[in-house]
Amino acid sequence: MAYLNGDERKELAVKTTRRSKPVVKWILISVSALFIFFMLILPLISVIVNSLKEGFDFYFKSISTEYVRAALLVTLLATVITVIVNTFFGIMASWLLTKFSFKGKQFLATLIDIPFSISPVIAGLAYIMTFGRSGWAKPVVDFINSTFGTDIKIVFAIPGVVLATIFVTFPFISRELIPVLNAEGTDEEEAASLMGANGWTIFKRVTFPHMKWALIYGIILCTARALGEFGAVNALSKTRGETFTLPLEIDALYLAGSADSITASFAVSSILVIIAVIVLILRNIFEHKSKAM
Amino acid sequence: MSKTKSFKGGRVIPGFGLSFGITIAMLSILILIPLASVLFQSFRLSPKEFFEIVTMPNVLYAFATSIGCALIAALINCFFGVILAWVLVRYEFPGKRIMDGMIELPFCLPTAVAGITLSKMYSTKGEIGGPLYEWFGIKISYTHIGLIVALVFIGIPFVVRAIQPVLEKLDSQYEEAAYILGAKKLTTFYRVILPELKPALLTGFGLAFARGIGEYGSVIYISGNNEKEHTQVISYIIMQKLNYLEYESATAIALIMLIISFLLLLFINIVQIRQSRRVSNV
Repeated sequence: MAYLNGDERKELAVKTTRRSKPVVKWILISVSALFIFFMLILPLISVIVNSLKEGFDFYFKSISTEYVRAALLVTLLATVITVIVNTFFGIMASWLLTKFSFKGKQFLATLIDIPFSISPVIAGLAYIMTFGRSGWAKPVVDFINSTFGTDIKIVFAIPGVVLATIFVTFPFISRELIPVLNAEGTDEEEAASLMGANGWTIFKRVTFPHMKWALIYGIILCTARALGEFGAVNALSKTRGETFTLPLEIDALYLAGSADSITASFAVSSILVIIAVIVLILRNIFEHKSKAM
Repeated sequence: MSKTKSFKGGRVIPGFGLSFGITIAMLSILILIPLASVLFQSFRLSPKEFFEIVTMPNVLYAFATSIGCALIAALINCFFGVILAWVLVRYEFPGKRIMDGMIELPFCLPTAVAGITLSKMYSTKGEIGGPLYEWFGIKISYTHIGLIVALVFIGIPFVVRAIQPVLEKLDSQYEEAAYILGAKKLTTFYRVILPELKPALLTGFGLAFARGIGEYGSVIYISGNNEKEHTQVISYIIMQKLNYLEYESATAIALIMLIISFLLLLFINIVQIRQSRRVSNV
């Protein structure tokens, strides 16, 4: 998104402001402000207000139950593994798609973006169809279990939750890195290579400094999405207190339907809302940092 | 020298084989093979069975609901998205940076949290739904309007973030020229600015629409999932079939959805390629 630097942006904004009628300007700004307030800010306030309905004691009690603690652990585990896997993939894929030209590159880029436009429920379904009772990979898993004496379960167990989370957030980091590396071009890497640097040195000394902020931002965004994934995990996780993640726990509490459990579900939600707000603030900082470069 | 060899010799930067291998391997194992299993499982059905499943009344209504609501929501998002992007790029005012940051909230907020919150806010006893119901008798939660509200919430960042960079890059000298030649502001917008924004607007529209069709977490609470009132969305139907262990039906419906989202993705990619060609020609 870094087409203009800070000063140029300001200049453009000032130029337009000077030329346009103030009435139009303030009408448009008010429309935007109202939209943002009603659609985005009010829901945030609503979560916090709803979560504190029964007072602070109830709030702390409902976010420290056994179920919530177990769900928090599962969520953190899935998120950490997901971020590691997707970061590795993101760096590899963006290196491939920006430093080389080859046949079918655009098609490959489209394939990587698939999880963006697919219903998360289908992601869950896909893993059930692969590893579930009628899935073709079930014999493979059974074979591994019988030869090594292990007891690996994928569907309706933690590995399934992790896989579903990876699926849904798969393109997040490569999506952030590709525009940055594209804008940077390949001249510097070519020069470094011709001067005798090996691949790792080129990456560490030339490419990495360019993509540092975009990578951090991608990791933050991926973390946020992994923490909050619901649809895909919902299809693959059925045991409360064992394989439930925080969003599933919120769902269970909300659907229980009593006033107390709904308040409790908003209390658990508030944890994720606070994380989302922190992510937004960090994002803002990193975006400005990467543009300043 | 063979053709491939000279092609390979043209690459100065190392790591093509490594990054190509890893990218393809991870993509296949994690995304493509599981999706292919959906495809193969649905081939177990005979064409007649397949057709019967996907034309059941509740499935057809769910498709109509998902696609219709996602379309309306994406159009609403295009309208507000253009205004928001315009305001954020072209004007200076206090609180602009906060406004800019807030746009991305729907990306960061878990869909289930968004779902229960919107559903409560817009219910007949909620902060917004309450007054609307008392004063105008409009129900929002558990109707199609509620569904659209949730999809507008989910889709707005896609549109704004697609338009913003293009608007920033748009050279203001064309506008100035139009202005000096005597065009009114509105004419300038329709004739000069909007055509330039069209590819980005289409991309944003496509992304928001695609996301809306498959959306699950944020819509299942506010929609009410009532079969009689046709407020079930297609993701909900798939989940329901999964819970009843009707895997064949689930895969058949999923296959149709996969085709729809793949076509949309292709459309977005074509628009983007055209756009980049146009930009690089200038």
